[in-house]
Amino acid sequence: MTNAAADLLPATRTALSLLLLAMADDEFVIGFSDSEWTGIAPMLEEDVAMSSLAQDELGHAQALYRLLADVVDDGRDADAIAYDRPVEGYYHARLLDHPRGDWAASIARRYLYDTADAVRLEALADSSFAPLRDLVDKIRREERYHQMHMTAWLDRLASARGEPRERLLAALERLAPDAATVLAPLPNELSLVMAEIIDATGDELDARWRAAIGPVFDRLDLAMVLPVADPLTARTNHSDAFRWLHGEFTAVRASQPGATW
Amino acid sequence: MVKAVAAPVLEEAVVRSALAEIADPEIPAISIVDLGTVERVQVGDDAIHVELLPTFVGCPALDAIREAVEARLAEFGRPVKVEFGYAVAWTTDRITERGRRNLTASGFAPPGDDTCPFCGSANVATDNLFGPTQCRSVRYCRSCRQPFEAIKVV
Repeated sequence: MTNAAADLLPATRTALSLLLLAMADDEFVIGFSDSEWTGIAPMLEEDVAMSSLAQDELGHAQALYRLLADVVDDGRDADAIAYDRPVEGYYHARLLDHPRGDWAASIARRYLYDTADAVRLEALADSSFAPLRDLVDKIRREERYHQMHMTAWLDRLASARGEPRERLLAALERLAPDAATVLAPLPNELSLVMAEIIDATGDELDARWRAAIGPVFDRLDLAMVLPVADPLTARTNHSDAFRWLHGEFTAVRASQPGATW
Repeated sequence: MVKAVAAPVLEEAVVRSALAEIADPEIPAISIVDLGTVERVQVGDDAIHVELLPTFVGCPALDAIREAVEARLAEFGRPVKVEFGYAVAWTTDRITERGRRNLTASGFAPPGDDTCPFCGSANVATDNLFGPTQCRSVRYCRSCRQPFEAIKVV
């Protein structure tokens, strides 16, 4: 069991910082993206639900950035890491680069993301890096509600006749090429497995994820081909949609550098 | 004649009862102690350390709670250090019996209680798993036709 990043081997520490950056950026970007529904969701209940989900994700991102700041220890705090990077510096999965789209697209993406994230969190549940294990334990208690909600919505759209199902199918088709990017292998991830920080490599996590969602897709008659992600491009070459979102979420901070809000 | 009087020893229990006067900012009917968020109180000669557990990771009330704790304990005349940690996970099992009663009395269903806080009916429906704050969901009582909120089980 390790309590302090300083006790890790340098290579392990670097790999851990990339894992934390990937997780934090994923939560941050999907949280900001889904907060765009606040005020305009198709019904009041979903306006509240999506806003609450987004708030949870931004909270998780903040806690992960704080942990990352401790691990990297280069003088930047969580806010500096979250906001002060150019577009190219973000390390979220390409699945989250897609524009928010219509309601079906947001549900489809959240379902794909939440199920993959659940596999990743489970693989960290017994992590030897205590601060991460403790945080993951807390995060999983909240994510359980997200997954319940998204599974209910996927079911609802897929089981409906006509437009809802058509929109869901169209969204899944657009997202499919990037669906597996969340769990794509990270650089030097073997050192994390060796140090028992995570219990499996990206390939194994990908297999677990497919085993988890396969029966759901079969039951709902959603025949999807989800290609294996290329680790080299899974978290790079961000889209114009992300470029726009980045402009939105950095606007306030950039308006008055160094201010305390 | 002047008697030598030893400085009074500040007991942890005194600090804890001061903390019990601090209401949760989002649900003022319950104190932060009854909510189960006070994990540790350590009274030292040079500082009072208070370890609190966030109910939800992204709870926006944490800064307000920290400030309320610092303000309430200021009278003890030594620096107050408030920390939030995850080493122990806050769960809804940590809410005390008194806390559960106070929640019901103010119109919130305590975690795991599936009855209406107003009329006691079990004929209630979940309107929304998510509510106005992260820790609450929205329900509707079909008997007294009253919407109400329930504390999510975590």
